[in-house]
Amino acid sequence: MSELKEELKAKIIEQLNLEDVSVAEIADDDALFGDGLGLDSIDALELIVMLDKDYGIRLSDPKEGRKIFESVQVMADYIEEHRTK
Amino acid sequence: MVSLNGNVLFSDKSEDFPTFIKNAYKFFKTDYSKFFKMDNLSKLAFFAADVLLKNENLNEEENNIALVFSNNASSLDTDRKHQAAIENETEYFPSPAVFVYTLPNICLGEISIKHRLYSENSFFIFDRFNAEHLQLYANSLLRSVKAEKVLCGWVNFDKNNYEAFLYLVEKEGVFEHTKEEITRLYNTL
Repeated sequence: MSELKEELKAKIIEQLNLEDVSVAEIADDDALFGDGLGLDSIDALELIVMLDKDYGIRLSDPKEGRKIFESVQVMADYIEEHRTK
Repeated sequence: MVSLNGNVLFSDKSEDFPTFIKNAYKFFKTDYSKFFKMDNLSKLAFFAADVLLKNENLNEEENNIALVFSNNASSLDTDRKHQAAIENETEYFPSPAVFVYTLPNICLGEISIKHRLYSENSFFIFDRFNAEHLQLYANSLLRSVKAEKVLCGWVNFDKNNYEAFLYLVEKEGVFEHTKEEITRLYNTL
């Protein structure tokens, strides 16, 4: 699980072009949206694509993302439970 | 190279645009969290506008500065990336963050958000730099009181070839806003 969380942090930084943010700066429970990393709606769509591409998880309802993308910890828990690759 | 009113403010030998613009961004201490999420055309347009507008003592609430931009490559640089993604049938994962930049005028929105421009904006595609159109369109906006100032120019990006030429026009200014003067200034690039 710890490895997955580190992997997710690195993917988030790379895929969302978070310049000047390092893996070490993202805590497992940091909010990804709002006051946390400050991600926006396009970032949420990118994360949905990432779940599908890298973990074989397809969200049928984009609104599901609100809960799943709450933090790296929540994302990792969801991926562990639902991943197909 | 970045110049303002004929003075070179920054130069860099980086051959690729991402390195150049990143170095320039840091040199000018540009502070905009969304900058590195933009595509190449928007980064170029946003950065050029920022260098020029940061010296204009803009109002923090609202500014009536219209935008009239042009180029000849439209958003082709990003269109090609998106096309490559949607042509890949085995790994079909087009990026929403790329797709949103498959229109050239998106860069105008980025500039408007940063500088609080609640004003007219247009992006035109021409075969080549068209001073006459910039002059006529900007003058029309000023004459009809649609804008207090107009930020005009040419911002082009394709295959790592790029140039940005912007100028601000208002009722009273240093240079006369004529086709000849605009062309002369553009040719100093």
